[in-house]
Amino acid sequence: MKTETTIYQNTAEFKGFSKETLAKFDEIKNHFPAGKEKSAIIRMLHLAQSEIGWLSTEGMDEVAKMLNIQTIEVYEVATFYTMFHVNPVGKYVFEVCRTGPCMLVGSDKIIDYIQEKLNIKVGGTTADGAFTLKTVECLGACGYAPVLQCNYKFHENLTKEKVDELIDAYRSGIIEN
Amino acid sequence: MKNRKLLLENVHIPGIETFDVYRKNGGYRSVEKALNGMTPDEVVEEVKKSGLRGRGGAGFPTGMKWSFLAKPEGIPRYLVCNADESEPGTFKDRYLMEKIPHLLIEGMITSSYALGANTSYIYIRGEFMYILHILEKAIAEAYNKGFLGKNILGKGYDLDLFVVPGGGAYICGEETALLESLEGKRGNPRIKPPFPAVKGLWGCPTVVNNVESLAAVVPIINEGGDAYANVGIGRSTGTKLISACGNLVKPGVYEIEMGLSVEEFIYGDDYCQGIANNKKLKACVPGGSSVPILPHYLVTKTASGEDRLMSYESLAEGGFVSGSMLGSGGFIVFDEDQCIVRNTWNFTRFYAHESCGQCSPCREGTGWMEKVLHRLENGHGNIRDIDLLAEINKKIEGNTICPLGDAAAWPVAAAIRHFRDEFEWHVTNKDEAITRNYGLSKEPLIA
Amino acid sequence: MKVTIDDITIEVEAGTTILNAARKIGGEVVPPAMCFYSKLPGTGGKCRTCLVEVAAGSTADPRPMPKLVASCSTPVMDGMIVKNKTSERVHEGRSAVVEFLLINHPLDCPICDQAGECNLQDLGYEHGSVKTRYEEERRTFDPIDIGDKIKLHMNRCILCYRCVEVANQLTEKRVHGVLNRGEHAEISTFIEQAVDNEFSGNMIDVCPVGALTDRTFRFKSRVWFLKPMEAECDCKKCAGKVVLWMFGQEIYRVTGRKDQYGEIETIDDKTAWICNECRFDKKDLAKWKVTGPRVIDRHSVISQGKYETSITPSIKKIN
Ligand SMILES: Cc1cc2nc3c(=O)[nH]c(=O)nc-3n(C[C@H](O)[C@H](O)[C@H](O)COP(=O)(O)O)c2cc1C
Ligand code: SF4
Ligand code: SF4
Ligand code: FES
Ligand code: FES
Repeated sequence: MKTETTIYQNTAEFKGFSKETLAKFDEIKNHFPAGKEKSAIIRMLHLAQSEIGWLSTEGMDEVAKMLNIQTIEVYEVATFYTMFHVNPVGKYVFEVCRTGPCMLVGSDKIIDYIQEKLNIKVGGTTADGAFTLKTVECLGACGYAPVLQCNYKFHENLTKEKVDELIDAYRSGIIEN
Repeated sequence: MKNRKLLLENVHIPGIETFDVYRKNGGYRSVEKALNGMTPDEVVEEVKKSGLRGRGGAGFPTGMKWSFLAKPEGIPRYLVCNADESEPGTFKDRYLMEKIPHLLIEGMITSSYALGANTSYIYIRGEFMYILHILEKAIAEAYNKGFLGKNILGKGYDLDLFVVPGGGAYICGEETALLESLEGKRGNPRIKPPFPAVKGLWGCPTVVNNVESLAAVVPIINEGGDAYANVGIGRSTGTKLISACGNLVKPGVYEIEMGLSVEEFIYGDDYCQGIANNKKLKACVPGGSSVPILPHYLVTKTASGEDRLMSYESLAEGGFVSGSMLGSGGFIVFDEDQCIVRNTWNFTRFYAHESCGQCSPCREGTGWMEKVLHRLENGHGNIRDIDLLAEINKKIEGNTICPLGDAAAWPVAAAIRHFRDEFEWHVTNKDEAITRNYGLSKEPLIA
Repeated sequence: MKVTIDDITIEVEAGTTILNAARKIGGEVVPPAMCFYSKLPGTGGKCRTCLVEVAAGSTADPRPMPKLVASCSTPVMDGMIVKNKTSERVHEGRSAVVEFLLINHPLDCPICDQAGECNLQDLGYEHGSVKTRYEEERRTFDPIDIGDKIKLHMNRCILCYRCVEVANQLTEKRVHGVLNRGEHAEISTFIEQAVDNEFSGNMIDVCPVGALTDRTFRFKSRVWFLKPMEAECDCKKCAGKVVLWMFGQEIYRVTGRKDQYGEIETIDDKTAWICNECRFDKKDLAKWKVTGPRVIDRHSVISQGKYETSITPSIKKIN
């Protein structure tokens, strides 16, 4: 197993966060006692990712600045949690659950079908940049399996037909981010 | 048996997620009762009397946990609700928070009062972001109506309540990893002692409780600890939310009274209605992926032939040899077409993926088991691999910082214990193993 | 309070860990420690090599502890009875840990700068089984330079977190850390950046294996060919008390002075960390006052002649 040594380059163009996001950052920091603002980091990273589309180093560096911590502390956190994408991803990220309970009712087939349908492998992004396919561990929706999550929305009881509908709906903008 | 509901009784009332409807249906009475006429210690006493055991998986008596909380002068105390719910097979907290968020908030207010906490947090897994918004909306309502904030009900008690999301990490369900994550760090479990009751969030005394445990405080205070203890069976008091999944006709979240028979739960009309597609039951993992798997002949009956019941004691009957655990209430059912080797590999991959990587036995051991199981499952294994797995297992178990190591080891040990023939078949029938399934395991001569 | 370790009883202060109590006794009863570093608060608990058996919790509660415990992070209780060398379970548990630490280790000792002074090598000799049952592909990373002074061989890292604590506690700005998780966890800077800070070189000294090595020394020689000499200089940044690793009159490498547990010594009540200037830039003997030969009294392959090479006469064999 070859693990790529993680050296990231700055690639995204980033002109700072929007006013709304900055206001939310400030509000979230207030949830914690003075001096404990670092607790806000995960939620800030969620917001940062939603705005940028992924977590670029520039975005993370900005978060570090606002929390008055070292940038490595943000990188450490961002790479620990699987919801954060430290590499560019498509506009819609399909995160399909692959864990036992979902597998029992056919998540393997759903994953295969999406790969086929989007013509990408797990981890890949479609050429038009619309979809990224990832597999994730249990999403806490095992009774409604198979399940995928796309940018915080749950899509449950998946069948091939549902996957077709879903992809169409995202493509045509019926489901918004 | 009579199936009393204490948590989800009102869940089907339209609008119950709003403050007004919830309140009209008896909501927030426990806060009034506690703040108006009970001292914090009296609340703790009722919870002790109720016999409530933690619903997050370990089953530790909640009242006792509360009484361990250190109370040094001038240092804040915290109550943290564990809504990380990531144990495969478990999705009960999600249901409760989504459908009846005020029940959790009410439970947290009453519990925070009992513990003397003036700031409390709900740590929710990041994937449940939509529920975070549901909770925040409900919390805003509660502030508005004077149940949160300064001087609640004019009784001089202040409480702030916030929701904090995670970022995708099963390990953050472990209470000290949760606290690390809540402090904005990587979710590395802490080395204990000190325990959170002495040094928890930001070094202050902290109680961490599961969503369902805190919700259960509401009926306990409303009806009294003794009344709660009368529900259920033996030391398994009260009701339990069971999230049922896998190959069932009707998977979903059920509130059951402790002591319901497993048979009734799987096959009864009010519950899961049997195995889907007219298949036969092959195996069951009754308490979330971390607990030992039970082969079909040990699911509804114990090894000694008694009815298996949904309770801490009955599910554990027979120990690790022929029993399992109630765990988190994640009830996973396998039909005859399922491959145990494949599922064991899948679960092990889960633990390897979710290991924080801090301590060597878990970091290296889970990955090693995953690779060996993957080989076995794909017809590249040999007979020695089965013993090797059992050995790696023993090397991990008990040698790690947190129980994730044990949780990774147990399912593998149990699968080999009960389904060894199926593992061996994967070695001796390599080609078939890839294309076909072993089918139902044979009943051993001596159960 | 009283604590008994492998049948030897001593009196220690409340709050002392089992490991430190064992170190007070010294010798065979001391469990090996790969991640704990007494001079760096917050380390320990991770590698699990220091596991011991607690046969009796305390006089007040003499029940045994069900699991082996990490001696580096478990405080003693009055009347506690601990078994280290005398426990079969400890032996088993420790062998298990060593096997885990080695399954993904490249075992590239023949080309590793740390060979001869590596804690993992020592541990492997004592507790490892000769043949591994690990048939899978090992995890590999490319070696990288983190700045012009330090090389990182992530393959060899055991994730003890000591270097992270050095950066936290001795330098103003930490630029490296632990990224990812589980078996993908790695020491990294994430983006390309140099670890360059006045005291960052101490990361090399605390690293128990050859994951962090001195680029100004690399490949020049095997340590057991070198003659360690104690030396000092007038340094404004640090105590200037070092070990010079010499070959003839040439300084091949400068390190801090390590005690028998591989930890930097306390000199004049302070941990004698050395600054980067002393470590990397003063390779000229004229800059140092040599005070005498350094006695390496560590229980290690340097002092045991595990390698075929000749041993420098000034290295005394103890144990
Ligand atoms: C690896 C691991 C994962 C856990 N995940 C959860 C979880 O998702 N939710 C939860 O409530 N408890 C979880 N727990 C149990 C908690 O550590 C803790 O015992 C629990 O939150 C205490 O609450 P309770 O006493 O109310 O059950 C987990 C424990 C471990 C070791
Ligand atoms: S047992 Fe696993 S998850 Fe727990 S601390 Fe150790 S490495 Fe982390
Ligand atoms: S590089 Fe060395 S000091 Fe740092 S974590 Fe790895 S083994 Fe420990
Ligand atoms: S296993 Fe897929 S949601 Fe739980
Ligand atoms: S030295 Fe104690 S766990 Fe590493």
